Amino acid sequence: MKVIYLDNNATTRTLPEVLQKMAPYFTDFYGNASSIHTFGGSNKHAIETARGQVSKLLNAEPEEVIFTSGGTEGDSSAIFAAVNSSRQKKHIITSAVEHPAVLEACKYLASRGYRLDIIGVDEKGRFNMEQYKSVLDEDTALVTTMWANSETGTIFPVKEIAKLAHAKGALFHTDAVQAAGKIPTDVKDIDADFVSISSHKINGPKGTGALYVKKGTHFMPFMRGGHQENLRRAGTENVPNIVGFGYAAELAKQHLPEYQTQVKTLRDLLEKELLAQIPDTKINGDVENRLPNTLNVSFGYIEGESILMFLDEEGICASSGSACTTGSLEPSHVLRAMGVPFQFAHGSIRFSLSRFTTLEEIKTVIKVLPGIVARLRAISPFKKA
Amino acid sequence: MWDYTDKVLDHFKNPRNVGTIENADGTGQVGSLICGDALKLTIKVNKETEVIEDIKFQTFGCASAIASSSVLTEMAKGKTLEEASKITNQDIANALGSLPEAKMHCSVMGMEALEAAIKSYRQGGKPVVFEQTQESKIVCECFNITEEVILKAIHTNHLKTVEDITHFTKAGGACGKCKGAIQQILDKVLACELPQKKQEGKKPFSALTIVEKIKAIENILNTEIKPQLNKDGGSIELVDLNGNVVTVRLLGGCASCIASQMTLKNFVGKTLQDKLDKNLEVKQA
Repeated sequence: MKVIYLDNNATTRTLPEVLQKMAPYFTDFYGNASSIHTFGGSNKHAIETARGQVSKLLNAEPEEVIFTSGGTEGDSSAIFAAVNSSRQKKHIITSAVEHPAVLEACKYLASRGYRLDIIGVDEKGRFNMEQYKSVLDEDTALVTTMWANSETGTIFPVKEIAKLAHAKGALFHTDAVQAAGKIPTDVKDIDADFVSISSHKINGPKGTGALYVKKGTHFMPFMRGGHQENLRRAGTENVPNIVGFGYAAELAKQHLPEYQTQVKTLRDLLEKELLAQIPDTKINGDVENRLPNTLNVSFGYIEGESILMFLDEEGICASSGSACTTGSLEPSHVLRAMGVPFQFAHGSIRFSLSRFTTLEEIKTVIKVLPGIVARLRAISPFKKA
Repeated sequence: MWDYTDKVLDHFKNPRNVGTIENADGTGQVGSLICGDALKLTIKVNKETEVIEDIKFQTFGCASAIASSSVLTEMAKGKTLEEASKITNQDIANALGSLPEAKMHCSVMGMEALEAAIKSYRQGGKPVVFEQTQESKIVCECFNITEEVILKAIHTNHLKTVEDITHFTKAGGACGKCKGAIQQILDKVLACELPQKKQEGKKPFSALTIVEKIKAIENILNTEIKPQLNKDGGSIELVDLNGNVVTVRLLGGCASCIASQMTLKNFVGKTLQDKLDKNLEVKQA
C-alpha cells in the first residue's frame, strides 16, 4: 500500500540526494577529521562546508554553529550553558507548551533551587506576554521558548520575547526545531543568544542537529573530552550525518518559499474541506499565525487513537494528542495548556505536510476521513443520532 | 504503536452488537468524556429465565476500549444474569488474546458497565451509571477512583505494584500525587494475603524446610518491613538464617540511622515473631 505521510513534524524522509552526499563518508572517506594524515584531516573541509550551509539557513556566521546529536542535545546544552554563565542569577522562564527536552531540563533546574516561571498560553496557544513581563526581572538568567509549536504550529513572537529578556540582562534561547525549513529563521533578526535545530525535521538524517551560539556569548560545553567543534562539543564528528544535514539545510533554504505557497495551499484545502464536511470539528492553534504545514484538528465525541488506526488502514500517517496514543492517560500538555476541553483534546489529530505532499494525497484524506469519523461516531454514546 | 492482537483489531474494525436496544430492560454506563473513555450497555432480559437475550454497546475510546466492549457483548449474550455477573475484566482480556498492560483499564470498564446494566435491570430498568459506593473514599482525585475500585482490581488481577494498579484503574496516572496512598492500600492487601496462605498450609514455621523458612522470612521482609523502611529512605536484606537467628543488613537511610538498633529489635524482630515464630531472633550483619 502506498503510504501518505502526513507526520512531518515527527520526522521526515532523508532525501535520496542527501543520502547520496553522505554515502562516500561511510565507506570511502571514513577517516577521523582530527587526524594528522590528509586522508582523515581533509574531512574537516566537508564539515566546514556543512557548517556554512547550516549557518545560511539561520542567517548566522559559520563559527556560531556547533554540531550536536539533535534538538534535545541543543536544548539541554543551551539551557545549562546559559545558567552556568550567570551563576549569581537564580531564575528561569519558559512556556507551558514547550517540548519535553526544554520543559524537563527547566524542571530539573527548578529541583536544584532555581525559581522557574512557566508562562501560559491562551486558547489559540498564543504566548501570554503580560504574564511574561510581570515575572521577568534582574534575577532572570535565561528565557527559553520555542519558535513554533510542534503540535499546533502556533508561532511565538520570539523577537519581542528576546528583546524584553535582553532588557533585563537575561539570555534568550529558542527551540527552532519545528520552525527551521518551514518559515524564515533569521537568528540575527530575532537577536537570540542560543537557537537549536534538528536535521531529521528538514529531510536530513536522524541523530544530528545544530546549536547556534551568538558570537561573544559565554558557552560552557555540555560534552567534554575533546577539542572538536572549537572545544565546544567533544566527540568525534559524525561526518556523514553532518554532510547530509548541511546539504539538507541548503535544500531547505532553497525550497523555503514553497511552504508559503504550495504547502500552505494544500494545508488550507484540507482544513477547509474537513470543516465543511464534518460537523462538530474545530481547529486547534492560532490560524492567523501558524506554521504553513501544520493542521491540528479535533473531532468531537470520538477518540484520536481510533481515528489514527482507521487512517493507518488507508496508509495515512498522522498523530494525535489523545491520551490513549501515548499510554500516559493525560491528553497532550499543549492542548491542555490551551484549555482545549477534554472531549476535543482526546479527539485531536495533527496532520503535518511537507513540500512533497501532493494534491492527490490530500484529496484521499478528504475522501476517507469523513467516513471514519462517522463510523466512530456511530459507536459513540455521546453523539446524538 | 500498540501491540494489539488480531482479535483486538478484529473487534475494533468489525465491532459486534453496536447500538442501543429500544425499551431496554437494563442500561449501564461508565466513564465520561473527560476520562477519555466511556461505555454504555443496554440489555434485553428474559424475565422467566433471566437470560440476556440481547445486548448492545456504544463506546467512546481507543481501539482496545471498543474491542473490549464488543467482545464483552459476545460473552454476555445467552448467559443468565448470574453467570454474566461473574465475568471479570481478566476474562475480557483473555477473550481478546491479551491487552497491552497500559490498556487493561479498558477491560475493567467493560466489567463495570455490565455490573451497572444488571443492577439497572434489577431496579426496574432505570439507567444506572456505574458508581463507586459513596462511603468509599476517593484515592485518585484526577480520575475519581475510590479505594473500593482499587481493592477490587488488586483482588481480581493479583496486582503487585502501584504501576499495575495505574494500568488497570488509571488511578495515579495523571498528577501522581496519590501514588503513596495506593502503595498503602497495596501494602495492606499483601499483608493480609500472607497469613491466609500460611493458615491454608497449617504448617508451623518450625516444621518448614530451610528453603521454605528463608522464603517465608523474605516474604515478610518484602511485604511488611521494606515498605515501612522505604518511607524513611531505607531498606533491608536477608543475609543468613542459622537456627532461629535471622541475620539481616539494614540498607540506605537505615544503615546510618542512630535508631537502627531500635528498628531491628522493635520493628523487624517483632514483626517476624508475630508473623512467623515467637522464638525468632534478629541480628545485624
